[in-house]
Amino acid sequence: MDFFLEIVVAVLLVAGSLMSLIAGIGLITFPDLLSRMHAATKPQVLGFLLLFAGLAIHLRSWILVPVLVLAWGLQLLTAPVSAHMIGRAGYRTKHVAKETLHVDELKRVISTHSEATGNTGAVTRIEGTKADETENS
Amino acid sequence: MQPKDLTPRDQRIDDALDTSGVRHRATFKQEWPLLLLLIFVWGALWQDFSIGNLLFGAILSIIIVNLFPLPPVVLPGRINLWYCLKLFIWFIGQVFAASVHVAWIAVVRGKKARSALIAVPLRTESDLIVMTVGHVLTLIPGSFVVDVDRSSSTLYLHYLDVNSDAEVEKARANIRDIERRLIMAIGSPDEYEAIKAEEGPDFSTRRPSK
Repeated sequence: MDFFLEIVVAVLLVAGSLMSLIAGIGLITFPDLLSRMHAATKPQVLGFLLLFAGLAIHLRSWILVPVLVLAWGLQLLTAPVSAHMIGRAGYRTKHVAKETLHVDELKRVISTHSEATGNTGAVTRIEGTKADETENS
Repeated sequence: MQPKDLTPRDQRIDDALDTSGVRHRATFKQEWPLLLLLIFVWGALWQDFSIGNLLFGAILSIIIVNLFPLPPVVLPGRINLWYCLKLFIWFIGQVFAASVHVAWIAVVRGKKARSALIAVPLRTESDLIVMTVGHVLTLIPGSFVVDVDRSSSTLYLHYLDVNSDAEVEKARANIRDIERRLIMAIGSPDEYEAIKAEEGPDFSTRRPSK
């Protein structure tokens, strides 16, 4: 039984590390900032989960499980926020490679708004967006 | 300058909106999930879930919540544990799929990967659900949130691996399916009824069209 559990732990740890490796490869091979955020958020959340599961089985202690659950939960909450902030800032400072985009439905909204107010920042509340949207679709 | 229309959309949002310049303080009814979470954090960090320790954690949580007040979160007032469980299992599966998807594109497609920025207007008016949809869709295959329009509940997403208009529509349908699952799990009764009416009688068994 112990031997079997050790194999499970080994598989989980290697798979978890593999996910981090994939995130690294993605950061290098993806063409632009926004695509890279996908590589930075998704595989490592799963990698974290696998590493934690391996750790919990290896240490064989139930009291550690809440700490690991907490750490993974915080990871789930913070990874999307960081991706959102970097993506949003990157889009507004024109660090996005437009030629890799098939469509860009955000551009119209931001340009309409900045014509109206004369600035490019802070467009979290845009009046009349819904009307625009129904017109379009 | 035209004054902003701050008439609340409904009572739940009225609880959190600051319409008169007075900052609303969260009531205990709105704050108990946060208190429970803080007590859990305390117990987990001490690795000790005995009554005395949790009680001390509760006292500390109440002090912290009063020292550093947050804007109240509007709770929908309805929760369906069965749909929550289904959502969670589906979510874990999607997290696995997301990693495989990113790995496939990173290793095989590389520089040729094309993508799209799309607008997805959501049906819900609850901040909590918009936030949760944003978090879930960031962690499942293909998408992450670039911008949010709170007044019309519209999410602007970056969607990976999109090459045609048909795929854009499919992506939009996927996001609205996440919203459907979340409203079924934690949506307010009104929104739940609306979703039920929209999806027809067999809505809970219907598979999302791929």
